[in-house]
Amino acid sequence: MAAVLSVDNLTKSYRSGDRTLTVLKDITIAVAAGSTCAIVGPSGSGKTTLLGLCAGLDVPTAGDVVLDGVALRSLNEDERARVRNATIGFVFQNFQLMPTLTALENVMVPLELRGERNAHFRARELLQSVGLGDRVGHYPIQLSGGEQQRVALARAFINQPKVLFADEPTGNLDAETSERIDGLLFELNRAHDTTLVMATHDLDLAARTDRIIKLRGGVVVSDEESERREMVDGLLAAE
Amino acid sequence: MTQDAKARPSWLFKMAWRDSRSHRKRLFLFVTSILMGIAALVSVGSFGENLEKAIDDQAKTLMGADLMFRSLRPYSPGMLAVIDSIGGEQASEIVFGSMAYFPRTRDTRLVQVRGLEGDFPFYGEVETTPSEAAQTYQTGPFALVDETLMLQFDAQPGDTIRIGVNDFIIAGRLLKLPSEPPIASTFSPRVYLPARYVQSSDLLQRGSLVNYRVYFKLSDETDIAALMARLKPKLASERVNADTVAERKQQVGDAMENLYRFLNLVGFIALILGCIGVASSVHVYTRQKLADVAVLRCVGAEARQTLFIYLIQVAGMAIAGSVLGAALGVAIQFFLPEVFSDFLPVAIESFVAWRAVTSGILLGFALAMLFALLPLLSIRKVSPLLALRASFEPNSRRWRDRVVWLVLAAIVVTTGTFAASQAGVWYHGIIFILAILLALGILAAVARLITFSFKKFFPKSWTYVWRQGLANLYRPNNQTLVLMLSVGLGTFLITTLYLSHQTLLNKVTFAGGGDRPNLILYDIQPDQKDEIVAAIESAQLPVAQEAPMVTMRLQSLKGELVSTILSDTTRDISRGLLRWEFRTTYRDSLFDSEQLLAGEWIPEVASDDEVIPISFEDGSAERLGLALGDTVEWNVQGLPLVTRIASLRKVDWQRIQANFMVVFPKGVLEAAPQIYILATKAATTQASADLQRTIVQRFPNVSMIDLSLVLRTVDGFLSKMSFVIRFMAFFSIITGLVVMAAAVITSRLQRVQESILLRTLGAARQQVVKIMVVEYVFLGALAALTGLVLSYAGGWALAYFVFDSTFLPSPLPFLAMLLVVTALTVLIGLSNSRGILDRPPLEILRAEG
Repeated sequence: MAAVLSVDNLTKSYRSGDRTLTVLKDITIAVAAGSTCAIVGPSGSGKTTLLGLCAGLDVPTAGDVVLDGVALRSLNEDERARVRNATIGFVFQNFQLMPTLTALENVMVPLELRGERNAHFRARELLQSVGLGDRVGHYPIQLSGGEQQRVALARAFINQPKVLFADEPTGNLDAETSERIDGLLFELNRAHDTTLVMATHDLDLAARTDRIIKLRGGVVVSDEESERREMVDGLLAAE
Repeated sequence: MTQDAKARPSWLFKMAWRDSRSHRKRLFLFVTSILMGIAALVSVGSFGENLEKAIDDQAKTLMGADLMFRSLRPYSPGMLAVIDSIGGEQASEIVFGSMAYFPRTRDTRLVQVRGLEGDFPFYGEVETTPSEAAQTYQTGPFALVDETLMLQFDAQPGDTIRIGVNDFIIAGRLLKLPSEPPIASTFSPRVYLPARYVQSSDLLQRGSLVNYRVYFKLSDETDIAALMARLKPKLASERVNADTVAERKQQVGDAMENLYRFLNLVGFIALILGCIGVASSVHVYTRQKLADVAVLRCVGAEARQTLFIYLIQVAGMAIAGSVLGAALGVAIQFFLPEVFSDFLPVAIESFVAWRAVTSGILLGFALAMLFALLPLLSIRKVSPLLALRASFEPNSRRWRDRVVWLVLAAIVVTTGTFAASQAGVWYHGIIFILAILLALGILAAVARLITFSFKKFFPKSWTYVWRQGLANLYRPNNQTLVLMLSVGLGTFLITTLYLSHQTLLNKVTFAGGGDRPNLILYDIQPDQKDEIVAAIESAQLPVAQEAPMVTMRLQSLKGELVSTILSDTTRDISRGLLRWEFRTTYRDSLFDSEQLLAGEWIPEVASDDEVIPISFEDGSAERLGLALGDTVEWNVQGLPLVTRIASLRKVDWQRIQANFMVVFPKGVLEAAPQIYILATKAATTQASADLQRTIVQRFPNVSMIDLSLVLRTVDGFLSKMSFVIRFMAFFSIITGLVVMAAAVITSRLQRVQESILLRTLGAARQQVVKIMVVEYVFLGALAALTGLVLSYAGGWALAYFVFDSTFLPSPLPFLAMLLVVTALTVLIGLSNSRGILDRPPLEILRAEG
């Protein structure tokens, strides 16, 4: 299957005073359309940085990201924003709902940015599908953590993204709620035929994806697409 | 390529509205910040238009007549014939200074006596109590006495007032003259007498400074401009001044315009301060919105779309603030005629001046938006990465953003243009803006220095409460800068005003302090001099100065006749001085209040010298276009006298003694008709009053002025001026308090979280309060201190450069201001913690979240 996301020799460095800190070094990966992929690794390994660069939230120091055929490096910030709006969805660890907007309004935002009318029909539908059909008028503060993340999921899928990026989507939730959110995430992903790229610490969650990319010190130390179950077992045993 | 995001403009408005939901109260603080500034501009602007219309409508009452002649000597038969030929209804008035004596209280005071004959004013009403007194005083030996004078000596209608040798019954209090603003009575309280008694009062002796006025009421058909053109040569040759309604209207209009432009500038300070408050509130608001902005960027919003969302919110509030401010301004303008009543020559009818309202709203809105843009522009630079990493540091290189510089330039141009348009001279407006910017710059620099110093030299050994309170001064989103600006500028304005007032009073006190004379007696006839000297000496007071005074007028300057110069209206020369009745003296030495600047001081000449060397005061010489060596011909009471300027002197006019523009050497004027001035030094006010009482009873034509009278007059005038300026500064003070409150409230969420955290960790309520008190005491005291230091520096600069006086600061107002401002800051700061400390932490978190 063709790659919807390809990363070529990606390097990201930050300057801290006189020092240069290289967070990612020469990363090259390709993610096939419709596949699911987990980026795992210890804290500081560069998972979130890689996710951010892939989603066009930041610019690399070297290398390039091609998302749905668009090379992000040549785009300015506003052009990347348009790519994000058209191509991707994002789920954050801390939900990142706008506190002043109701659940429905939060979900509608990506479509409204496109100037689409009747966004609320689609938003209601999605909220219904995540089990929040009766909470559309509630503000984030009136919702539990799990409910907030479900709203975030609905928002992530409303623009029918080609790629869904998820950063520790259950990192702030208890085990039971996490289980429900995980199920919903994969279910929606399948239903919308979306490519899922997820950064996580949760190896059980990672094990549910087709492919696991392991980062350590900013470089890819393993990239397993087959026999993932065995690999996960190995990883679990190693911990 | 992807499909373009095409959010409809209406969505931006919808989004702005949605996003503002839980922040509207906080956004309303922006409104309140600019409220008072706009109110000040609108009220003053409306008042200005009201005043303009009142002057237009009541132009004739400004003078009380259609035409007025003024002369410093009695009209010649030729001039009287001209006056006669003008026709219409006429009134005449003799105006001169004299001592008034109140037998009941035995008080004396220099007053302005006006002997009126005729039905003046022809336009407008004289207000008196009782109201009929304006007419009845003309029926016998009655007087109409200025209310200020009546109040000063507790005089009542029916009491006696002695002017010269005549006693008059006070017929009533003079409340208001249509042609003069009430403040005029502060300088010289007026006593109206029937003219026939003035002639017999024995007051008008040789050398007295008398103003002879004639008022005309002319028919509507009279072409006054043509009449004036026809009479001009005659008036010039007779040294008669003529005032027409058009000229008076122009003069009053100009003076009033200067007043209201000045007030506009004072009000403008409030607007600038309010806009700084807006910038500060928007800055904190923007910082709190960074996460939302990042999320919007993540889901595909462009930089300018996110900027517009918040710009729309701020614009909405700025419009609300401007309109509310304008409404408040309209309400306030109805009180302004009362505030300015002492300075107004006309009665004002208040109406809503839409031009002032519109320009106030536009200026307020434009400035608020420009100031808000400064922090708002940073929204364009918010990285979507912030949504992923809360610790991500936003781009701090905002000073490299060209748009920020463009906005700054727009702010400077807008404020500079407004200030330049309001100042009489354009560069005064620029200087004004620069001075405000300098004050703000210094306050901001001190704020930076404080945060830097506390960070660098933090007192680590202090107790936790002190350390936490002090750490609040430099923590992220601290209020040090904004409180420094609002509290510091407010303190600076009020204290500078107070110090200027004190400096001017000190200057007068100093002028009569030490061994210097503090009582002068003038209009002394030659045959009275020795007796008065004896009276002074018998009161055991010294005769500090004795100066003969000879009255003369300018005949020609450098060979050109004064009448020729006067008839040429294009000449840039002091016309007042050309017509002036010079009171000159002769002596062989300089006074200690004089300093020779150029030329040679010639003490004495032979009486048969053809050209007499004289000494001219440098300022008067300059106003007459004269220089060293120039020839000046005088008319000494009918006799010509040719002189040459042999020296130029600098004179300290502030001294309470006789100072002269022109001094002759000895040997020339001794035989000319002359009067005398004497000066003495009374050790106490009582001694001064006793001497004045003795003199006024024995020599009623002699006028006296003492230090306490000058002080009282200056203080009275300054107090009235200060009241007006304080009223305008009040807008800035309120704005400063609002900005301060806004800054405190804006940071409420952060404080709530800190307080709850502290309380969760076991801090007692008292400890949390103490931490806040420490923070606000330091903030208030440092801001007040900086404002005070600035104002004392400003006070010194004003004293040195403008008032030409010694700056004698008193520590008491310094301490008082420091305490009051600090207490106020703590009060406002603590009021913000209301409802936080007594409720359970979780309950507050839910409510505030």
